[in-house]
Amino acid sequence: MNIFAPIGRAFLLLLARIGSLTMFTWQAVSSVVRPPVYGYHILQQMMRIGYNSLPVVGLTAFFTGGALALQIYLGGNRYGAEAIVPQIVVLGITRELGPVIAGLMVAGRVSAAIAAEIGTMRVTEQIDALTTLATNPVKYLVVPRLIAAVVTMPILVAIADSIGVFGGYVVSTQTLGFSGGIYLKNTVDFMKTEDVVSGLYKAATFGFIIALMGCYNGFHSRGGAQGVGAATTNAVVSSSILILAANYLLTSLLFAK
Amino acid sequence: MTPKIELRGVRKRFGPKVVLDGVDLVVDPGESLVIIGGSGTGKSVTIKSILGILRPDEGRIFVDGEEVTHITGRARDKMLLKFGMLFQGAALFDSLTVWENVAFGLIQGRGMARKPAREIAIRKLAQVGLGAEVANLSPAELSGGMQKRVGLARAIAADPQIIFFDEPTTGLDPIMADIINDLIVNTVKDVGATTLSITHDMVSARKIAHRIAMLYKGKIIWHGPVADIDKSGNPYVDQFIHGRAEGPIKMEVKA
Repeated sequence: MNIFAPIGRAFLLLLARIGSLTMFTWQAVSSVVRPPVYGYHILQQMMRIGYNSLPVVGLTAFFTGGALALQIYLGGNRYGAEAIVPQIVVLGITRELGPVIAGLMVAGRVSAAIAAEIGTMRVTEQIDALTTLATNPVKYLVVPRLIAAVVTMPILVAIADSIGVFGGYVVSTQTLGFSGGIYLKNTVDFMKTEDVVSGLYKAATFGFIIALMGCYNGFHSRGGAQGVGAATTNAVVSSSILILAANYLLTSLLFAK
Repeated sequence: MTPKIELRGVRKRFGPKVVLDGVDLVVDPGESLVIIGGSGTGKSVTIKSILGILRPDEGRIFVDGEEVTHITGRARDKMLLKFGMLFQGAALFDSLTVWENVAFGLIQGRGMARKPAREIAIRKLAQVGLGAEVANLSPAELSGGMQKRVGLARAIAADPQIIFFDEPTTGLDPIMADIINDLIVNTVKDVGATTLSITHDMVSARKIAHRIAMLYKGKIIWHGPVADIDKSGNPYVDQFIHGRAEGPIKMEVKA
């Protein structure tokens, strides 16, 4: 057997995937600007994607902020720089951890749910049924989710930022002996607008990735319950990887000096 | 007379597997054509090609004399307004109530207000023998037979000129299957639509068809009036309608 055949086949499959994802993305993005606009569906998805993600995003942000404060304190201790805790916490949370943690949590929650829902609609022919009822499935299903995710992710991240900083504040004042007033003053004095804004740009990008990967994998699921399961897994894995890759790219672009 | 639907030499393959191998088919206005054939012979692909859900690799498809083979965008939406379809598993939207399902094409496809659309939906539900009390239920609360009826009500809600039935009786008990067959015959008569059905249920085919076409290995191997099906002289057709394991048709275990 030719050893190059499997390599070639895998490579062609990869190219086909990239091609179909690109076409799907183009279809979805170009549908955003064309009527009809399903306003009610966008609001409904904003509730499901944004509001319902608040508890899980808030909790993870709180614990991350707390752990971060502890680590910086211990690390700073090595050369007598414990006082830097509030500054590093706010920088780390707003620039990196807030968007990434929220992005990964929402990827797990939302892109899985989107892929499962749309995947089930695919295998039970509900998507074909939409077409026969003269309704464009991309416009009806994908566009509201994309818009809702891109709009709500920055809001979620802004909340995650505040809760993350608050987590650091609680740990610092309760166990590390910081004074609350000084901690807050140091945080606010040190923080720049661009720290927060860069995180919000990231959040919008992650929202796009999450909704797109959920919808794409759902749309292309095949063959019953197993296919829907695979679509769900692929949605979570691919959106998580893309979020981390996009995060690196955005960091290097936004903070390029 | 312009045929309502015409397929000329339609071919479609998925990878190496040839599903449609030059299908020629004509459906006249007001006619009820039933395509019979075993599983995996390309019946669903034929219907999906006409609707533009799948694109044929070769051949041309006409609806009312207009070519629709590669139609897209607004023109396609407009073409689809002529169609109604009953899916095999009913394919009801489970996030919507029964009446919203029935009225979906009216509200989303044609921009009708919800209130008049609901009234039409209730009327269509009555036409398929369902009372107004099911209107606010969710599809998951209905039995398989009732879901099929709702699917039928949805298919006829906008008084389409052409209705497709995909395995309308599959998965139903014989009595419910007969009820669905009667409903199909009656509603088609009421609406005056042209219909194209695919099935492997010969009882159903004999009941709803004016004309039968048999699809085998991606080709129409026989077609004729329903009365001629028993004297087709075609060994493939004979084997299929009598459901014999022995004969020229060999089941391919590996697809």
